[in-house]
Amino acid sequence: MSSSLGTVSPVRRIKDRAAAAFVWIAFALAVIPLVSVLWTVVAHGIHRLDPTFFNFSMNGIAGRDAGGGAYHAIIGTLEQVAITTVIAVPIAVLTAIYLVEYGGNSRFARVVRFFVDVMTGIPSIVAGLFVLALWLLTFGFQYSGFAGSLALTILMIPTVVRAAEEMLKLVPNDLREASYALGVPRWRTICFVILPTAFTGILTGVMLAVARVMGETAPLLLTIFFTKAINTDPFSGPQGSLPTFIWDQASDPNQNAVNRAWTGALVLIALIMLLNLAARLVARRFRPAGR
Amino acid sequence: MTSETGVESSADRAESVRAGHRARMPKSTGRVGDRVFASAARGSGALVLAIIVAIAAFLVWKAVPALQKDQANFLTSQAWDPNAATPRFGIVQLAFGTVVSSLLAMLIATPVAVGIALFIGFYAPRRLGGPLGYVVDLLAAVPSIVYGLWGLAVLAPHMEGVSKGLNAALGWIPIFGGDSPGKNSVFTASIVLAIMILPIISSLSREVFLQVPRAHLEASLALGATRWEMIKMSVLPYGRSGVIGASMLGLGRAMGETIAVAMVLTYAPGVNIHLLEDGGATFAANIANSFAEASETGRGALIASGLVLFVITLVVNMAARAVVARRKEFA
Repeated sequence: MSSSLGTVSPVRRIKDRAAAAFVWIAFALAVIPLVSVLWTVVAHGIHRLDPTFFNFSMNGIAGRDAGGGAYHAIIGTLEQVAITTVIAVPIAVLTAIYLVEYGGNSRFARVVRFFVDVMTGIPSIVAGLFVLALWLLTFGFQYSGFAGSLALTILMIPTVVRAAEEMLKLVPNDLREASYALGVPRWRTICFVILPTAFTGILTGVMLAVARVMGETAPLLLTIFFTKAINTDPFSGPQGSLPTFIWDQASDPNQNAVNRAWTGALVLIALIMLLNLAARLVARRFRPAGR
Repeated sequence: MTSETGVESSADRAESVRAGHRARMPKSTGRVGDRVFASAARGSGALVLAIIVAIAAFLVWKAVPALQKDQANFLTSQAWDPNAATPRFGIVQLAFGTVVSSLLAMLIATPVAVGIALFIGFYAPRRLGGPLGYVVDLLAAVPSIVYGLWGLAVLAPHMEGVSKGLNAALGWIPIFGGDSPGKNSVFTASIVLAIMILPIISSLSREVFLQVPRAHLEASLALGATRWEMIKMSVLPYGRSGVIGASMLGLGRAMGETIAVAMVLTYAPGVNIHLLEDGGATFAANIANSFAEASETGRGALIASGLVLFVITLVVNMAARAVVARRKEFA
């Protein structure tokens, strides 16, 4: 960089090079595990990536048996995540609207903002324990997919709030003022001017949050419990899910079970990566209308 | 600003004046739609607070009966036997495992994460910055159960040799000591945790580094600094508190991480200072591992340990947010 002005002393040059080397190595250190994880999952998971895996449950199949599949788990995961999204997104978006449109810098808004930040750090297992203590032990409901959704909701709300808040802030103030000048009430301005403008940004945030929540295992162990059979009703009785399916199969010493676990991991990662990719595409395709 | 009733109190008015540009917004007309919408928005905000309070309240409530049956001191006992006829359990071994594994993970991850942030910000070609950041973020997208599978199948076998080497070279330091370094140790768990918290630390650090005023960078280069000297003198001092906050957030994440640790770390009772030896326990992993077989008291004991974890992570997170927020004020 400074060579045009003559020489840099050797010590300084060596330090500069060493720093550059360290920085390159640091990046490599992050890429190695990523590549290794993806490669291992694909290499091990490919064995059982067959129609049986997608069309059958584990009902009546022991760990050492070949065959069996994750149909019950995939159904469970999709239902639980859908319910989670339906509950969490309205709450989170309304909270973000409060923070940006109503709260401003008021004390209550600052407190909410702070605790949304804190909430992102709540360990997932604690969310599971909370639903266990509230929904199952206090209210006396049974293990169910819905209980799992409640736990996931707690994990999803803060991520969506943060994403939606950032996007709402990007909406130009001119739009708000133009709308008010036309005599449009505030709630209609928010619903029909501000939200549509921020829509794609919020959608991206929601998709990333769904991807994140989909891989959570710990809270589900405490709330949906475990079943090998297909249970399509998320409101009654234990339900399967991909993460708990992997957890169960991986703890079985038989190779057939471990293979199923890897294929489960492959399916789960594929779902999550697809959601991630789709979110990026949405974000790129429709840039926020910041103009 | 505008209260749900649409009637503006003097306190609200003072607040709206303070709120700057939003003070110009029209006040609610008291229409039904406006009132309903405003209270829904405000109510959602309140719900978030209520959830946090409810988590603490219900965990305490459900933990108390088990704590009353506890024959040992919950805070100082090393035992964990809540399912016995005379339940004895304490959090010492769990707290030890949790704190040590997460601290170690943070110490390993922070320098690497800062290196990644510097690489993307100042070394990689500018056009590659975005995609490379995305690659690092992908590490965060991998679910923890997959890290667990991978840690068990791929990482752990490699760690056995590393642990033996460390033990032979540095065995005189107690934490690297012990007679039988193994692969399912706290050390291995820390490595997995370090990988898992890399993306959060590096993306937050990157954000901070991006805020360094360009003038500072250009000034130091103009004075003849090498690239490293520029980073050392203008980037790192500026970003220090941000990096500290980021690594504390990473610490909080690592403490709450459940499944990967539960899979990689084999359970062994008691506090073992030799981190390279097999076995240990953390709050979260213990809950996941022993929930299915827990009796009623056992469940209460797990909830009590979860409460302790909740409090610890809450404190760590609040401290981290405070550090980050202070930086914003002075920046």
